[in-house]
Amino acid sequence: MSFIVDYYNYWIVVFLMMAGFYIVISANNLVKKVVGLNIFQTSVFIMYISIGKVSGGSAPILADGITSYSNPLPHVLILTAIVVGVATTAVGLALIVRIKRAYGTVEENEFKDKDALI
Amino acid sequence: MAELIDLVLLGMLAITALRIIFLKDLFAVVMLFGIYSFLSALIFVNLDAVDVAFTEAAVGAGIATVLMLGTLALTGRKEKANSHTALLPLLVVIVTGAALIYGTLDMPPFGDPENPANQHVAPRYIEESPQEVGLPNMVTSVLASYRAFDTLGETAVVFAAAIGVLSLLGLPKQSQATIESGLKSHLVLRVVAKLIIPLILVFALYVQFHGDYGPGGGFQAGVIAAAAIILYALVFGLPLATQVIQPKLLKILASMGVLIYAATGVAGLFFGGNFLDYNVLASDPVAGQHIGIIVIEFGIGVTVFAAILSIFYGFASQAERANIQ
Repeated sequence: MSFIVDYYNYWIVVFLMMAGFYIVISANNLVKKVVGLNIFQTSVFIMYISIGKVSGGSAPILADGITSYSNPLPHVLILTAIVVGVATTAVGLALIVRIKRAYGTVEENEFKDKDALI
Repeated sequence: MAELIDLVLLGMLAITALRIIFLKDLFAVVMLFGIYSFLSALIFVNLDAVDVAFTEAAVGAGIATVLMLGTLALTGRKEKANSHTALLPLLVVIVTGAALIYGTLDMPPFGDPENPANQHVAPRYIEESPQEVGLPNMVTSVLASYRAFDTLGETAVVFAAAIGVLSLLGLPKQSQATIESGLKSHLVLRVVAKLIIPLILVFALYVQFHGDYGPGGGFQAGVIAAAAIILYALVFGLPLATQVIQPKLLKILASMGVLIYAATGVAGLFFGGNFLDYNVLASDPVAGQHIGIIVIEFGIGVTVFAAILSIFYGFASQAERANIQ
């Protein structure tokens, strides 16, 4: 049992990462690809936070009577990464909107066909 | 008990991700992604990362979902049937996944205080930051003081992303409420929005200025304040929202925030310290840290608010234009 608890978080992280990866390489629709990228990204967030967790620890905010805190450093890295992540996702979505306007479609194979015609 | 909750929540997260793979209705995909974000926020709370959970709930479940829905409004909600075979991607994913699972077996066990990640600088942050920086929230201390240079970079990236979106989509012209926009005809929505928007704004201010003592800070506050204005725009229409917060003002605010942050760093240089060294800002190092952190958190909040809101304005003006045509 302890073997499972020791690695469970990392296994789920790998599963989510692969789910995101699969969506990115197999989906035809660009919006879905962006969702896949976001799932991939979240899996990395969960991995960092899992690494920083200390069993029996508390949130890293100083309080009386608490001696063990979880590691604050991964929290800082991921907190900023989430906000940067949504900003970069927005750039990706904006590109998709422009692709739609230029090609009339956001399906990868369709605008590739149109490219081939040029 | 915490382990059990962790097990269940992560299982739910995996199921949600699995469902997203096979759904063809993109509207449902985006909604499921919102649920996925909320679930990961819960997992972050359970893993003691309260600040991160706060950010994920506001950003992932709130802003990202709105932006994706805005894109869907312009690109259509159905994914067309896939023409190429799914076998090769599946094979690649299974092989990569198996290799990564094999790799995890070399990871230190989950939650062990002796893990290398918890041995390096973390003990110093935990033991000395309450005296050195004088704040109970260690995440804020590390974010705004020890790793302030890093955070300056992140703020600049958010600013740069906003510039990218605006150069692709453009800001709405301040305007001419000629067409019916928003959901003004829904009485319930209108009344609830009017009640809730001031509360959201007050909460954003609380998160901004209480971030030194509890979970919160500039990143979360900026996103929450932007969410209030986005709600206003969704219910009362974009033309009215652009009269309340003008796009021109947002451009100035977004660059102001980064400048305030960088100027605090330069002020440290003038007082004889290093770049972003707050100890020299006041006669007492801890008081200097307080001043520095409040000022740069304010800069972060302003930039994030303006950047997120102008990104939303960009998408909303495109959708509005598509409606007119």
